[in-house]
Amino acid sequence: MYAELLTIWSDQPGISLAIWLAALIFIMYLGRKPAHQLIRSVGRTIHAAFRLAARSTMSLETRLQKRNAEVILSLGKDSTERSIEREFHRVNAVVSRDLSSYPTLHRQISDTINKIEEDYHSATDSPPLPPAWLEAVESIANIPQSGDATVGRILESIKKTVKQAHAETQKVYEKSSLERHKLLSGMQPMWRKLALVLGQVKDTIDGLDERSKLIDEQMETYQAIRAGEERASRLLTSSSLTQFFISGLVLFIAILGGVINFQLIAMPMSEMVGGTSQIGPMRTSDVAALVIIMVEIAMGLFLMESLRITRLFPIIGSMDDKLRKRMVVITFVILTILASVEASLAYMRDLLALDREALTQSLSGIGVVEAEFRWIPSLGQMTMGFILPFALAFVAIPLESFIHSTRTVLGLLAVVLLRCIAFVARLLGSVANHVSKTLVSVYDLIILLPLGVEQIFTGTRRRRENDAQPADSVTAVIKE
Amino acid sequence: MKRTLWISGLLILTLSACSEPTPRNKAVYLLLDTSGTYTRELDKAQHIMNYLLATLDSGDSMAIARIDSGSFSEKDIVAKTTFDLRPSTANAQKRVFKRKLDDFVDNVSKGSAHTDISGGVLQASEYLNETGAGHKYVLIFSDLEEDLVKGHIRDFTIPLSGINVIALNVTKLRSDNVNPRDYLQRLDNWEKRVGEGGGMWRVVNDLERLDRLISN
Repeated sequence: MYAELLTIWSDQPGISLAIWLAALIFIMYLGRKPAHQLIRSVGRTIHAAFRLAARSTMSLETRLQKRNAEVILSLGKDSTERSIEREFHRVNAVVSRDLSSYPTLHRQISDTINKIEEDYHSATDSPPLPPAWLEAVESIANIPQSGDATVGRILESIKKTVKQAHAETQKVYEKSSLERHKLLSGMQPMWRKLALVLGQVKDTIDGLDERSKLIDEQMETYQAIRAGEERASRLLTSSSLTQFFISGLVLFIAILGGVINFQLIAMPMSEMVGGTSQIGPMRTSDVAALVIIMVEIAMGLFLMESLRITRLFPIIGSMDDKLRKRMVVITFVILTILASVEASLAYMRDLLALDREALTQSLSGIGVVEAEFRWIPSLGQMTMGFILPFALAFVAIPLESFIHSTRTVLGLLAVVLLRCIAFVARLLGSVANHVSKTLVSVYDLIILLPLGVEQIFTGTRRRRENDAQPADSVTAVIKE
Repeated sequence: MKRTLWISGLLILTLSACSEPTPRNKAVYLLLDTSGTYTRELDKAQHIMNYLLATLDSGDSMAIARIDSGSFSEKDIVAKTTFDLRPSTANAQKRVFKRKLDDFVDNVSKGSAHTDISGGVLQASEYLNETGAGHKYVLIFSDLEEDLVKGHIRDFTIPLSGINVIALNVTKLRSDNVNPRDYLQRLDNWEKRVGEGGGMWRVVNDLERLDRLISN
């Protein structure tokens, strides 16, 4: 077919090809204008279509970004509300624990102060007054002796009485001083007690002060979130990404733990459900082991929900406190039972492995070798079997973070993807536009020869017209 | 529309759950030639049996029978068992099985006068089909030289559909050394008979390479 076409003009393919080329170039030259229009219009159409697609994608991206911001602010709002609520709960706990007894404390302090005041007043130093007649006696005693022996004796007696009265007064004073000292020393523990009570009050107040500062900070964040500030959104996004990676890492560790757990219980499970039956492509014992692990994780989720540590199931969180506490107890009991089952399965696994090893040794003709310290791996396996379910129960915490942060991460990825699509659409549109321009030039390059001839003719005719134009004007002037 | 989708989904699930699962268990029937001088090879059979016991698992079946003058009989089955689904019980069964074979090998004093391999294979085929196992194997531990009692008819096609027949330790007879074509002819004859019955034929003479004996 092609060979026939090639030799349609001449037997020599070269000449025929040249004729074909000449004909093609001529046809292309004739259809130059519509061809240019076609190429350019196709280019512009593609360009416009891609630009429209890019604009739509960018509009979608803007909407998605807005939605992402709303979601992240909503999550942040929820999280901050929880933090503030928790802080208020703590404040409430402090107030109800320490400050609820404040009236009693106040009365205690007042009583102590009153007692101290009374004691202080009782301890005031008031020297005893000598008897009233003592001054008269003292005046008589001070009369100079005139040598009368009787008078001398009387005076001596009076002097003696005065001295005695002084001694008695001194004795009373000393006694009262001793009592005062006793009162003062009795005040010391009261002061200490007072200082201690006031110290306790100070600590409580300081704690409340710190809590109030934290609440203030949280409230500021909350207000920023409510106002929809850009900074708050950025901070929450960054925090969400961090949460995503950290919770992802913890979940990965949990998955490894789950795999180990599965290895511990899959083999002994065949003792319960048989070693050969299958559910689909999996052995029933493997499925049973997986189910146990999944139930453990589910119980862990419910336990964490009931303890209000996580909030994946709002219905559990909004339950009546009594019911919720019952649920805590029930899930914990189920988890403990499952952990015990796992521990026993782990022990059975060890026994089975031992039995199998003994059988293999007997089949291969080697006498059964009793391994020493067999109890160590047995105990280790049992402990692992008991602990791993509880460890898996805590998966609920990173799982919640992961689920919440995944929404943010997916939103961010979708935004990036949409941006890329818009960029590619814009790029393709521009490329189509420029390619159409280039194709026009290439078209002209192909028909270069007839175009050149046309330009020569056009140039000559123009020159002729230019040359003829002055002569015509001279003729017109002459005619006038 | 939604309801129809739900019902269709449930139906598909139910039907897939009801479909007959393909059995994956194995059944092995080991025929031991107790005729003539081949009894001296029986210690090698113990080696094979130990390998089989170590390889077979819960749900698999195993039987050991001797080849004597008239092997198409249940009396020739030395031991047979289907291993329990619980691994611990299966291990106990394996121990008992091993003990039985050890006793049998220890008590074989003199060989049988004739060798009825075809009867043994027929008996094996019956046993294996009864087990309903997914993978069936007849292991013939013999020199494959058949010597029937006069009047015994064995020149018919043995039904061996889906059964792998593996000849183990096919020793060369004195006459084979004189004319090796006899040995090759013997193997060809058996291959032909097994093929006619619908079975798959293999020969394993190197007992060090038992690892692929009953692999799927």
